[in-house]
Amino acid sequence: MPGASDPAFDTLALHAGAAPDPATGARATPLHLTTSFVFESSEHAASLFNMERAGHVYSRISNPTTAVFEERIAALEGGAGAIATASGQAALHLAIATIAGAGSHIVASASLYGGSHNLLAYTLKRFGIETTFVRPRDLDAWRAALRPQTRLVFGESLGNPGLDVLDIPEVAAIAHGHGVPLLVDATFTTPWLQKPFELGADLVFHSATKFLSGHGTVVGGALVDSGRFDWERSGRFPELTEPYAGFHDMVFSQESTVGAFLLRARREGLRDFGACMSPHTAWLILQGLETLPLRMARHVDNARKVVGFLAGHPMVARVGYPELESHPDHALAKRLLPRGCGSVFSFDLQGHRAQGVAFIEALRLFSHLANVGDCRSLVIHPASTTHFRMDDAALAAAGIGPGTIRLSIGLEDPDDLVADLKAALKAAEKAGTR
Amino acid sequence: MRFALDDGTALFAYTGGKPWTPGRPTVVFAHGALHDHSVWTLLARWYAHHGHAVLAVDLPGHGRSDGPVPDSVEAMAGRLLALLDAAGAAEVRLVGHSMGALVALEMAARAPQRAAALVLLGMAYPMKVSPALLATAAEDPGRAIAMVNAFSHSGMAAKPSYPGPGTWLHGANAALLHRMQAAAPGNLFAHDFRLCDAYARGLEAAAAVRCPARLIAGIHDVMTPRRATAEIAGALRAEVVDIAAGHALMQEAPDAVLNALRQVIPALRPPGDAP
Repeated sequence: MPGASDPAFDTLALHAGAAPDPATGARATPLHLTTSFVFESSEHAASLFNMERAGHVYSRISNPTTAVFEERIAALEGGAGAIATASGQAALHLAIATIAGAGSHIVASASLYGGSHNLLAYTLKRFGIETTFVRPRDLDAWRAALRPQTRLVFGESLGNPGLDVLDIPEVAAIAHGHGVPLLVDATFTTPWLQKPFELGADLVFHSATKFLSGHGTVVGGALVDSGRFDWERSGRFPELTEPYAGFHDMVFSQESTVGAFLLRARREGLRDFGACMSPHTAWLILQGLETLPLRMARHVDNARKVVGFLAGHPMVARVGYPELESHPDHALAKRLLPRGCGSVFSFDLQGHRAQGVAFIEALRLFSHLANVGDCRSLVIHPASTTHFRMDDAALAAAGIGPGTIRLSIGLEDPDDLVADLKAALKAAEKAGTR
Repeated sequence: MRFALDDGTALFAYTGGKPWTPGRPTVVFAHGALHDHSVWTLLARWYAHHGHAVLAVDLPGHGRSDGPVPDSVEAMAGRLLALLDAAGAAEVRLVGHSMGALVALEMAARAPQRAAALVLLGMAYPMKVSPALLATAAEDPGRAIAMVNAFSHSGMAAKPSYPGPGTWLHGANAALLHRMQAAAPGNLFAHDFRLCDAYARGLEAAAAVRCPARLIAGIHDVMTPRRATAEIAGALRAEVVDIAAGHALMQEAPDAVLNALRQVIPALRPPGDAP
């Protein structure tokens, strides 16, 4: 540093935001488990509170370890900055609460993680924020759903669990034509598979619990801002372009031309809602991020082998993986996800419900639990777990059938995974003969 | 706020989170190529809350200020003087970064009676831009922006980051450069770099400056290298303060820059005192 271009992804995954500790020489990122930070003087304290200086005051607002994670995920996404949150759900809530309020409207993909669907369909409604859900492949539906009150357009890079590929360039253009940003949940893809900002998205969030952490140990989230959306030009976001009485009458868009959104999200959202990330969690996620490129490559390789096995098995009615020509978004995936479509996908078993139960219970290597993106392989039945609050119509709109099984392919030897699935499919077949 | 000029255009200046108060000792901040006032906001807020009035300008044709973009550093300085007239700022302390340092120098020379102090950051004279970069800026500004963004930063972990923790400086600067370029008619990036390259009045201007001057240099700066400050520092009889940073001094080392600035432009009152 400096060179003629910024460092590449694998380098950023190890170094962005971190340097040897100037106080101790520690090479790995130190874990700063402290709530607060001593002021040098009264003047220093006042200037930190008044944003005349940058620095840490209280770990709900910022923390040195957490800041390394924030800078690193922002670097990997190609963003201007990030805020670490208590969970992916907290990141989604923070994004919405920063620019929307009672009377606001959101247009969202119908193919969402069940928790996100709950937040939008039920919980935010109670606070006066309405959401219209649209089928992600129907671009006309995105356009038709926009209202004067719309403040956000939202979808998942790969919809859960059907892996609908979000046409980010088209949906971003629709959002921008209406003067609102596009928020993308990139949990399933991670920046290794796709960088939504390069395709036109404005905001990205992750459940860092999943692939970013990668080891199934902590719950956390990250909200990343591209810095590219022009809030002033839009004219729809007084939260960012007019004085905020709650923080020194600050006009966030003037304070930071490219960081207005994150300033308000931190100065209001973390301060008042308080869904911050523990520094310990940030430290653990950083261990995961360092190997993200290596792990994602292996996740995708393993997923391809498992998909290939399942697609040829007589007990399997359908495999929903966009790299298969049978997937409705196959062509879009080739264009937007050339490195692969991740390692979370669903398939439909032949047969009745009892056979599905027999399949899951016969698995020995796959763990039956509610998570994805672990280094270990996982399995779940969405209709009875992650998406259980959705009615049949909503389930169908999200591409989920009563016999749909979701897999998250880990880093085990792929031959062992295939052997485990083969045995479980045999058990399911036997259950059908009883 | 926006200040209406006699020619019918208006220029924007960020006032540091305080209302503009003509008559108070004033610090003027001038940004570099393809930037806007937001590269100064921490410093601007500090001075505004320590007894000064502040004008962190968006130079003509940049950010929130009307165009056209002047076609020389000299013309840019003329417009900045017009802004001071419109704002009623008689005497000012001038702080400039990179292209803005050239503008501040030229302004201090054109109106020496109005300049009470001159601080130049990321300064080199002559501020020659390599022909290859000028050509790239003209033909492929996106690629040139990526190059300049990489050249501007000395590392990947400047702390405590700017304007606060969680900001990825490379990404924030790239976003700002792209925002400025997208909002301007024509190729503002190439235009600004040509202005820097063409400015030839530096030593003449330095001879006309009457106020105390200081240079603040990043020891890792490869855009305006430390070694290229000597001649202009000598002409200004200015001390050069070295800071461990690259060209993006205010972002990579905001506290060190403030400390260096305070030696030339001290606080006028402790925090908490009524203005």
